Amino acid sequence: MGVLRAIGRRARDAAALLTTPVVPDDLLGTMNPMWSTREPHARVIGLRRETADTTTLVLRPGAGYRKHVPGQFVGIGIRINGVWQWRTYSATSCPSDPLLSITVTVVPGGTVSGKLAHGTPVGTLVRLGPPAGEFVLGEPTPEKLLFLAAGSGITPIMSMLRTLSKERPEELDGAVLVHCDRTPRDLVFGAQLRSIAAATGMRFVERHTALEGRLTADALTDTVPDWAARKTWACGPAGMLDMLTEHWDRAGDPDALHVERFTPPATVADGVPGGRVHFTTSDIVADAGPGTPLMVAGEAAGALLPNGCRMGICHTCVGKLRSGAVRDLRTGDVHDTPGVPVRTCVSGAAGDVEIEL
Amino acid sequence: MPTATASATQTTTISAAAHLTDEQIEALGAELDAIREEVVSSLGEADARYIHRVIAVQRALEIGGRAALIFSRFPPAWVLGTAALSVAKILDNMEIGHNVLHGQWDWMRDPRIHSTTWEWDHATPAEAWKRTHNYEHHTFTNVRGKDRDLGYTVMRITPEQEWKPSNLIQPLTNIGLSLIFEWGIALYDLDFDKYRDGTKSKAEMKADLRAFWRKVRKQLAKDYVIFPALSGPGFLHTAAANLTANVIRNIWSHAVIFCGHFPEGTETFEEERLEGETKGEWYVRQMLGSANLTGSKLFHIMTGNLSHQIEHHLFPDIPSNRYAEIAPRVREICARYGLTYTAGPLPKQYGKVFLKIARLAFPGGGPKGSVTALPKARKTNGAPVRLAG
Repeated sequence: MGVLRAIGRRARDAAALLTTPVVPDDLLGTMNPMWSTREPHARVIGLRRETADTTTLVLRPGAGYRKHVPGQFVGIGIRINGVWQWRTYSATSCPSDPLLSITVTVVPGGTVSGKLAHGTPVGTLVRLGPPAGEFVLGEPTPEKLLFLAAGSGITPIMSMLRTLSKERPEELDGAVLVHCDRTPRDLVFGAQLRSIAAATGMRFVERHTALEGRLTADALTDTVPDWAARKTWACGPAGMLDMLTEHWDRAGDPDALHVERFTPPATVADGVPGGRVHFTTSDIVADAGPGTPLMVAGEAAGALLPNGCRMGICHTCVGKLRSGAVRDLRTGDVHDTPGVPVRTCVSGAAGDVEIEL
Repeated sequence: MPTATASATQTTTISAAAHLTDEQIEALGAELDAIREEVVSSLGEADARYIHRVIAVQRALEIGGRAALIFSRFPPAWVLGTAALSVAKILDNMEIGHNVLHGQWDWMRDPRIHSTTWEWDHATPAEAWKRTHNYEHHTFTNVRGKDRDLGYTVMRITPEQEWKPSNLIQPLTNIGLSLIFEWGIALYDLDFDKYRDGTKSKAEMKADLRAFWRKVRKQLAKDYVIFPALSGPGFLHTAAANLTANVIRNIWSHAVIFCGHFPEGTETFEEERLEGETKGEWYVRQMLGSANLTGSKLFHIMTGNLSHQIEHHLFPDIPSNRYAEIAPRVREICARYGLTYTAGPLPKQYGKVFLKIARLAFPGGGPKGSVTALPKARKTNGAPVRLAG
């Protein structure tokens, strides 16, 4: 492999002599975006309406695509009105499947989720970011699994369940999945989960919150009495995850609980005055209003900033603080040590600030 | 047109903007700001498709041209290949490179088409160009002593510049410069004059030279070694074709660029003018210091829409495909405020520039100009000038 890769690199370098000042990949991408490895693309080849507000997009990835580990998310870029907009979505497919699926639930007021779920016809090209995220089962698969999901929080777990049921169904025998949504009609992947449960011996508990209320610590104990003895993967709204984290801290083993947050905890709006942010590498100055993440302010001013999950998880967007102070919009913590890494997607300006990006 | 008035001792050129009051200048600035706002907020999918299309056409022409030139010993292939490559190089430099490097397409947030990542088929590295052009030329447009684009440090382009005997040959210098224009720009971007007068350090000079060498060795290898070698026995034919394409691009871009700021009707300014210059006054200077070219849609694209030099200088970071629609409105504003809006076809404008260069090869040359300063009583906290890129 090493030899092949070295030959490939030589060939690319030789081709670059012909294509300078652009690189061969630029030309390939112009001819067909799917051929670009530097800017991987995928084509939407199928759409599946899961519920009224949730759609699965089936994507055929082009060159440069990197497979995810079940539970990870990928960046999805879509051109809306000429502008590339990026969001992250959990892959819901099994990595051994040649097609990649993402499942998008419309966020009220969200431009990107609405466009992806309802305004993306088959044939659309999207861009793919590299897969990332620590919300994975690991090797070997732990015994006695417990999955807790609510709403679109089922998506990373779905990839895990599809993969296990396809490749090692015996490992799901005895596992428990509790999946909450308002009504049976709202429950994403309801039918598929029932068939996975039937085929593998996994116990599938549907909780319809319109009738039964939200999942609480007591309800969990009633439903899964041996919860504390299980390795747990949980994904859902911030309220549920906060409750679970607290419960495991108090009554269980915190290391046995793995959570994935889709939305940043509510921002601490007060006491974040905003300010002028200078991105020193791009040499772009932007005004970041109170509560505005540095990334959003920079992008509005035309800066090309690294970005990933946009909710403080993936660390793709980190830049070093050169001067000034930033405030974590989630916790309200102020950071003003020069050199400290700053996550621009969840940090606001506390006065004028310089970031090395 | 500037009015020439005779006084007892000398002829004075009065700025075409001398009649405007402070309030009028700021009102004019507000009108232009509004146009800018309107265009920026309407950018969208159609614009994105436009630049993608131009890039695709440019790349197709380049690949087609270079492929044809593999058979450069066959004369029709030589002619077709050279023509396609010339057009490709012109598109690369003018409608694509120059404008992308201005940040006109940064709003798309596409790392593939962005001022911070773009490199062009030109001897000067994109980084050096962005500094001298986007910053120095676009900020200090036509300010004598500050805008080094006035004569590119080798020619006397305004009567106010001091005459030197070396100016006698400047009509020839100009023709020579047009043939090697990309190299002229590259040398000019290296700022040797600043190094000599001590405003540029040795370390900076070295770093710039290194970047220059990294870029040009690849440019030279591609056009004069690698593609000729791919043509086998046609080595010299292909090298000659590539040289021809480079020279055609040079002559073309030189002509377009010299028609942008030097034809009769454009004004130059004194350095004092910059002190406390407001946004409105900046707009006025950009309009009076620039001149447009008239022509067809294809002509505008081939000039990189620098045929809309006035609109480009008002809004350097608005996508070039939008200048044509703004032009009538800017022209109307100029008419309403009694400002010169210089425009004409390329041969006529280039002829004027050529005559000017020839006349200024000799001492004197037209109204010895103290261009009248705009009415004073300035606020000193001028609105910050918005720059592209």
